[in-house]
Amino acid sequence: MTDDREAMFARLRESLGRLNVRTAYPDFAADIATPKARRGGGPEVFRQRLEAANTRVVESVPALGELLRDRDTRHGYCDPSLATILGPALGDDIELLTTFDRERMDEYTFGITRASAGIVETGTLILKDRDTSDRLGALAPWIHIACLNPDRLYATLAEAIIDLDDDPNVILVSGHSQTADVEGIMIHGVHGPGEQVCLFL
Amino acid sequence: MSRQALDVFASTLDESVLQAIEVGARSGVDKRLATLTEDYEDPDMLRRLAGRLRQHALDHLDEYLANAEQRLTENGARVHFAGTTGRARDIILEILRRSGTRVVTKSKSMASEELDLTRVLQARGFEPLETDLGEFVVQLDDDHPSHIVKPIIHKNRRDVARSFERGGLGDYDDDPETITRRARAFMRSKFLEARATITGANFISAESGRIALVTNEGNARFGQAGADIHIVLAGIDKVIPRDRDLALLLSLLIRSATGQRMTSYIELVAGPRSADQPSGPREMHVIFMDANRSAIVGSEMAPILRCIRCGACMNTCPVYRKSSGHAYRGVYPGPMGTVLGPLLAEGGFGELSDLARASTLCGACADVCPVDIPLPELIARLRERSVREHVKQGQQGVPAMGLYALLAGHPRLWRLVMRLGRLLDWVPLRKLPAQLSRAWFDTRTLPRWRGGRFRRWLRGAGGDNHD
Repeated sequence: MTDDREAMFARLRESLGRLNVRTAYPDFAADIATPKARRGGGPEVFRQRLEAANTRVVESVPALGELLRDRDTRHGYCDPSLATILGPALGDDIELLTTFDRERMDEYTFGITRASAGIVETGTLILKDRDTSDRLGALAPWIHIACLNPDRLYATLAEAIIDLDDDPNVILVSGHSQTADVEGIMIHGVHGPGEQVCLFL
Repeated sequence: MSRQALDVFASTLDESVLQAIEVGARSGVDKRLATLTEDYEDPDMLRRLAGRLRQHALDHLDEYLANAEQRLTENGARVHFAGTTGRARDIILEILRRSGTRVVTKSKSMASEELDLTRVLQARGFEPLETDLGEFVVQLDDDHPSHIVKPIIHKNRRDVARSFERGGLGDYDDDPETITRRARAFMRSKFLEARATITGANFISAESGRIALVTNEGNARFGQAGADIHIVLAGIDKVIPRDRDLALLLSLLIRSATGQRMTSYIELVAGPRSADQPSGPREMHVIFMDANRSAIVGSEMAPILRCIRCGACMNTCPVYRKSSGHAYRGVYPGPMGTVLGPLLAEGGFGELSDLARASTLCGACADVCPVDIPLPELIARLRERSVREHVKQGQQGVPAMGLYALLAGHPRLWRLVMRLGRLLDWVPLRKLPAQLSRAWFDTRTLPRWRGGRFRRWLRGAGGDNHD
């Protein structure tokens, strides 16, 4: 397969050569688009913003157990490193499966994985590939529970992006999966989770 | 004189289509405005800044493209360059053939529309699946998207229910929730069956190679989580200098496109999956597509390449709202399509040059553009080019301006006509034998004559009379 690389760069250089002046990189603070009203705030504001962004906040493991019982969901995927912590407190009637079997995708009614951090400005959860035990476990079940250490918060979207390491796949999650493609009517749970939960650990 | 092609198409549209577009576009306008004005004291400052940032990226595209290539390669991705849409097609087909997959999941990508990719893949024996709900309906109907953010803005729920019924996804049911659940159920196994998935890119950072993908449905996430190979198809204009630029650009893109502050998902993909991750692509290919873009940078039309595909210009455009995206004939509709369409057309500028005439130059598009593209100015330049290069298509259905030029050049004559203009209220314009008059007034009503009042008002207000 031969690429068009050289020809494309030659065309680009020729076109750009016509410019007498090239626009300079503008001087701006990276967080310039953070609204004034959304600057500052700690864990409490973060909780409110999570809820406002369609993410249910659960404060304790027993409370998570109640939520799962309420939804009548008893079998789900769980990050193996979290299963030992959560299992005993969730109760015997809730089964945590620590491998995600693609063949049995629809049998997992919830998925529990780690969130790497949160963003206060937007009520966003950050899921990094290296902290996520299985991408499918965090995505395919109807309910996704992201476990987050509440100390790991960024104030703004800009701060979170600037601080990214070399993780190959970072997902900023703000609420559940949704669409408004049919007549602009908002429906949740298209392909991803229909219910997004954050458990503070 | 014949009528403009866009006019002819618009006159064939059903009232229900126009209604759907009007409602969809108007809600886009309202939500965008509400969020921007609630969040920012001076949203104009932000869009001017974003415009300079995008222009800077374009003016240095040779450097930034090379940087992005280098970083992506270091991250473990394979980078390809496609000079034309045809080359991009060949590269994709070769990767897919090598993968041994039959099913290919696809996320929404306007660049892929330039290739007519879904039809091409189908014709070559693959089973491509558009996984964005709107694009899925487009695929079921063998249709084309009529809006770059809301692909089925021209359809109502009854249309979609009929599409699902025809597509074998269940009996007729026009409840949007049922429609969504059926799509979910149908696509889940396909996400796992597909060994390859194709996405576009909203932005590509030259600094890190990170590709930003903005979605609400989670289809791009699922496509990647289920597949072994991820193919990214992006125009070279998608490259931005640094990661820090993403916060500004994403904030404006999302607010302008849907009126949200954040979409459900923003994915930042820098390379293949991490070593311990059991799901996701082991192989990542990034195709940088030129397809005439390199000829636009550095030219007087370059600002159009700042476009971040938010759709705000079409939502607000009175011509788009009365004619639908399909009237623009190409991949990109509305004001940005009026400019980008003819410039990207592989058959040459002439093919879509008439679109520049289908504008009132009212300026609403320029007012809402999050990257400050002077759209009316660019549209006027395209009109000039049509005249300069004697492009016939670009003159079609345009009334001769000679009479206006004569009047505008002779103030006394102008004043006389302004006084006599009142007579026009009594002339049956539609019945005049002149073809020009019929073509123009067939679909337009002239308001009652008000000419000359401005001058009288100006004199009364104590202004100097310079006429």
